[in-house]
Amino acid sequence: MVHIRRLQEDGIDILSIVGEIDASSSIELDLAIAKSVGEGFKKIVVDCTALEYISSAGLGVFMSYIEELKDKKTTLVLYGLKERVLNTFSILGLADLLNIRPDKQEAKTLVNESSV
Amino acid sequence: MANLLIGHVFVKMSKTKALIRLTTLCAIIAWVILVFADVTVIYSDLKSLPSGIPNWLPRVMLDAFIISLFYYYKFQIERDESLNFTDLLWKVFATGLIATVASLAVRLVLFLLGNTKLASNILFMDVVYQITLALFINFLLAAFTSWKRLILYQKSKWLMRAWSVFELLLMSILVYDSVHIVISDTIITVAIVIISLLGLVLSANMRWVAYLNFKQKWTSLLLLLLSIFYLVYFLYSVTMWSDQISQQSKIFLDFQSHVFNIALLAFVLTYMTFSFLVILFNLPTSSVFEQKLEEVVNFQRISQSIQTEQNEESVYNILLESSVSSVFADAAWLEIKGRENEQRLFTHQITERETKDIHAHLEKNKVKGALEQSSDKTKNLSKLLGTLKSSRFRSLLAFPIKVKDETIGTLALLKELPDGFNKEMTRIVSAFANQAGISIGNFRLMEEAFQNERYKEELKIAKTVQQSLLPTRLEQDADFEISAFSASADEVGGDYYDTLRISDHEIALIIADVSGKGTTAAFHMSQMKGIFHSLAQQGPSPKDFMAKANKALVYCLERGSFISATYFIINTKTKKVHYSRAGHCPVLFYQSSTNQTQYLKDKGTALGMVRTNDYCNFVEDNEFPYAPGDVMMLYTDGITETKNDKNEEFGYDRLSLALQQNAAKSSREIEEIVIEKLYEFSGSEDINDDYTSMTVKFR
Repeated sequence: MVHIRRLQEDGIDILSIVGEIDASSSIELDLAIAKSVGEGFKKIVVDCTALEYISSAGLGVFMSYIEELKDKKTTLVLYGLKERVLNTFSILGLADLLNIRPDKQEAKTLVNESSV
Repeated sequence: MANLLIGHVFVKMSKTKALIRLTTLCAIIAWVILVFADVTVIYSDLKSLPSGIPNWLPRVMLDAFIISLFYYYKFQIERDESLNFTDLLWKVFATGLIATVASLAVRLVLFLLGNTKLASNILFMDVVYQITLALFINFLLAAFTSWKRLILYQKSKWLMRAWSVFELLLMSILVYDSVHIVISDTIITVAIVIISLLGLVLSANMRWVAYLNFKQKWTSLLLLLLSIFYLVYFLYSVTMWSDQISQQSKIFLDFQSHVFNIALLAFVLTYMTFSFLVILFNLPTSSVFEQKLEEVVNFQRISQSIQTEQNEESVYNILLESSVSSVFADAAWLEIKGRENEQRLFTHQITERETKDIHAHLEKNKVKGALEQSSDKTKNLSKLLGTLKSSRFRSLLAFPIKVKDETIGTLALLKELPDGFNKEMTRIVSAFANQAGISIGNFRLMEEAFQNERYKEELKIAKTVQQSLLPTRLEQDADFEISAFSASADEVGGDYYDTLRISDHEIALIIADVSGKGTTAAFHMSQMKGIFHSLAQQGPSPKDFMAKANKALVYCLERGSFISATYFIINTKTKKVHYSRAGHCPVLFYQSSTNQTQYLKDKGTALGMVRTNDYCNFVEDNEFPYAPGDVMMLYTDGITETKNDKNEEFGYDRLSLALQQNAAKSSREIEEIVIEKLYEFSGSEDINDDYTSMTVKFR
């Protein structure tokens, strides 16, 4: 069960994930990111403060966008990951591939820096 | 049982045959005696001689003859179930034809004899008269029996009783005729009135007429007309003969004095005339009855189409055909929203262009929801069509097709006449559309069930494949023992482990977890196995192994799929374990010298995540030495992520504690304890994920 909210702040598209992402709910995450990318946002920030759990399928969603984001020169930053969730990211080695920041401020800074 | 039944039928049949023969014989004997007796009576009357034969004998013989024939036809016609209505009329007609031909043959003989003495001989004339009378009665009884079948079609209890009374009365008249007891005239009159009334009431039973189709009605009319003709002919000849004979002798057997004959004749003639008229007047409405019958058949076709392995398309076609033929529409089309929301159009006598024109016209006139699929009401749009000049159609009727309350399509019927549809037609097509909706709904349900079944079957296969991919035997060595365990939930997981001996002192180990579930997971797992067995043999360094495996997998893993794995080479010569971790759960290592466990956390990204040659920067080579008593535990995330009812995870700490406390035991025992603790923790019989562990105990 997951709920994803989208709101825009200073030209940054912020996706807030609430709940758990497993094999079935990963489709919603995929749709949300696809929508944001499709609408042409160059700065995307994912708020994971309320993300309780993420399965390998959910990680697969983030992974699948890495190349597309690189091609479109879009920056995606995750922040506020709970320790358990972060652990999942780092075990799989995704922490090295994705931009992960501890809080919103740092995430926004990174997004703005990268897009300049 | 079946044999007995056939035997029974056979016995019954042969019994009926014997009875028919017996009655025929009786009739012939009775008739021969009748002729002789009558001739003798007339002869003695003419010569004024006392005859040796009583005067009542011809009458009694006539009764015997009639009764025999009555039973003959009872067995011949009444019991024969295979006869339908026209067959019955045909039987009557055929009997009449044969009788008439025979009678005409007699007349021909008379004509050939001319004015000879024989021809004017009263005795000869009596014989001819008796022959004609016998043929006449034969014809009447055949008709009577057939009428009985027709009258009693769809009989009620009351009707049965009325008929029994009727037959009884006729029988008593017959007896009265022969015995010739003198009863008061009033009783006779009352009896005749009752018989006439009963005859009339019974003659009103013509239900069978409704079941004749148009062609059968014409046939019946013809047969009845000819039968009436025969009847009139016989009546005329018999009356003529009897008149001629009566001029010379008064005591011959005059059929006119026989009340039974008159009653029988009257009844047969009445029913014949009634039937003729009823059929005649029913001719114009017979098409309506046939139409109704066709509707019922069409209805059945729609509802049965599901059982006869037909598809949705055939339901649509049947619906279109049935609706068009039921309301005599000139054209029709059916728009259906398919299961994948694709639009499909079925047309009848109309081009796709015309349907689009009509659509556009209605839209232009702002008829909201008329032919739209959102409309859920039947609509008569004839008025609006009147203004569309280019179209040949002047009436339009639209019906929604619903499956489980959801409108999936529209049926539109068109006529070239203005105001071509009435309420009756609307009702019929509505019923068709509803039935079609139900059939299609059932179809879809059934297909879903099939799909589910297929999916389950597929999973079963995938599970078998997955199980067969896991090794049945693990490499063992003097330096260590290995045991492994793997279990998967209902769905097929992608856990994989394997071992391979590279040389006498090098053994390769792998544990991997394929992302995703089901058949694709099993498929990727088999690829991983192939890669392991071909690459490991060449003895690359663990990091090299990962780099090469990644390169190979990039081509077969779809976007978003990846495989986490750890690859080990145990070198028994140097007593070291070389390994490389690619996104897999960190190795749990127990060191016996310090009695400590630790997770070997190091850098490593899962296979398939980085799809370029850069990947070698995301994995690294690692090594650690081992000593006897050390334990290395490999596992998949199914173990650490197992949850209890409080939604807590089993986690890394519980796992490492379990290993530390039981490290002295054998690898098999350690594993059993870990699994036991896992179940104890989750508190349920089945764990909702697949989990795998491989334990290496050094010695």
